[in-house]
Amino acid sequence: MNAWFSQHRAAFALAFRRLWSTPLNTLLSLLVIGIALTLPGFGYVLLDNLRDVGSNVSGVQQISLFMNLDAGKKDVAEIENRLKQAATGKWHFVPKEEALKRMQASEGMAEIVASLPRNPLPDAFIVEPTNTDPEALEILRKEIAGWPKVAHVQLDSAWVKRLDAFLRLAKLGLWMLAGIFGAGLVAVTFNTIRLQVLAQAAEIEVARMIGATDAFIRRPFYYFGALQGALGGLLAAVLVFGALALLAKPVAELTLLYGGSFSLRAPGAVEVAALAAIGAFLGWLGAQLSVSLSLRKFD
Amino acid sequence: MIVASNLTKRYPGGYEAVKDVSFEIAAGQMMFISGHSGAGKSTLVKLIASIERPTSGSLVVNGQNLSALRRSAIPYVRRHLGMIFQDQKLLFDRSALDNVLLPLQIAGMPRREAVRRAQAALDKVGLLAREKASPITLSGGEQQRLAIARAVVNRPTVLLADEPTGNLDAETAAVILKIFSDFNQVGVTVVVATHDQSWIERHHPNVLRLDHGRLVS
Repeated sequence: MNAWFSQHRAAFALAFRRLWSTPLNTLLSLLVIGIALTLPGFGYVLLDNLRDVGSNVSGVQQISLFMNLDAGKKDVAEIENRLKQAATGKWHFVPKEEALKRMQASEGMAEIVASLPRNPLPDAFIVEPTNTDPEALEILRKEIAGWPKVAHVQLDSAWVKRLDAFLRLAKLGLWMLAGIFGAGLVAVTFNTIRLQVLAQAAEIEVARMIGATDAFIRRPFYYFGALQGALGGLLAAVLVFGALALLAKPVAELTLLYGGSFSLRAPGAVEVAALAAIGAFLGWLGAQLSVSLSLRKFD
Repeated sequence: MIVASNLTKRYPGGYEAVKDVSFEIAAGQMMFISGHSGAGKSTLVKLIASIERPTSGSLVVNGQNLSALRRSAIPYVRRHLGMIFQDQKLLFDRSALDNVLLPLQIAGMPRREAVRRAQAALDKVGLLAREKASPITLSGGEQQRLAIARAVVNRPTVLLADEPTGNLDAETAAVILKIFSDFNQVGVTVVVATHDQSWIERHHPNVLRLDHGRLVS
């Protein structure tokens, strides 16, 4: 156990020394890996932020039901009845007078409303269905549209669905991007390790002659690949933080113009650790492939 | 200690470097393998070090039958064997001490103890004062002594040398061979392949003489 531990420590120290002793090579490799991981990492952070926007509103799955302008109290009562029978969920009635009042309350609209000869707004129902399944909502929408004196039925979740579809597409794109850059990272490590094996050929040959196991010879390369990948991952995290810092102010200004409050959420410790872990894993994978291929000629 | 029976090594292409060789080297013996260049000395050494595998026959070293050895077991067999090469195979990117430390690192010995052992080995070959030197700054004889220190630091039961004096002048060669016989005095089995006849004629050691792959005496 002690020997095992000291061998691993020695292999790790050796890998670190090799990284340290060729600063320019190391820096370039880290930049390549860092940039390769930055793009998917940054994309992930952006999507994560967008998903937050989506989830803030997606809870409100509403169907707005607008009556004809000539609909009377009787017609409203009829719809109320039908909604009760359909037992679709919660709903409330918004009379046209109240709708007008609400409109007057919102900024800039008061004058416009005052200038109108008569109330242009219809009576409306806001339905909050219990079953928010997209298909069920669509069926309900069609059913309601067929009721008497109903002018228009609107599924308010449409844009949420669109955002959702967009996010799904973006996520897929992100996975593809991550796959491509991940493969790139493996290739970079593969090549670095291959050159190292060539440079260490004498040492590998001697070590083999005097009783080194395959594991002993491979270990420093694995550590090297993993260490380089992890450092590249951390560099990517730094780059993502940098990009977010640059974006924070413009985003804040933009959202302010729309009267909203939205700030970009930076990745947390878990995400940074994940980025480093992914880098380490891919580096290890590249080292594993490279060492297996490169060491064949020593047999 | 080392028992060969009907040992044959045929290389791809059909060339037989060692043909139907049988011999026995007892524990604690000092044995020379001699013969002209191309007689199969190096191949025999490589077979004993399990660098090459026998084509037929059997070769038992330290109780291990090398022809039936799994690939993964080879490193552990080599650890009981001190190997010395004609071209030393020293690593020039590190100090003399670090060269000697390598076998101990491979065996997983804690650093403090390993350094102590490596210094003792350097002392035995008279190189303790040069422990921090790079091997490239050492003379040919010193390099060969450093290679010996690396070979014995693991306290192997067998010391195996392939033309250890090949590139050295007679005087230096005598120093190297004296070191071998010192190790043999303390119980290490020593096998030396050499084409150097003068030393053999002077000291009349045990000799396996090879000619075109066959054992002639």
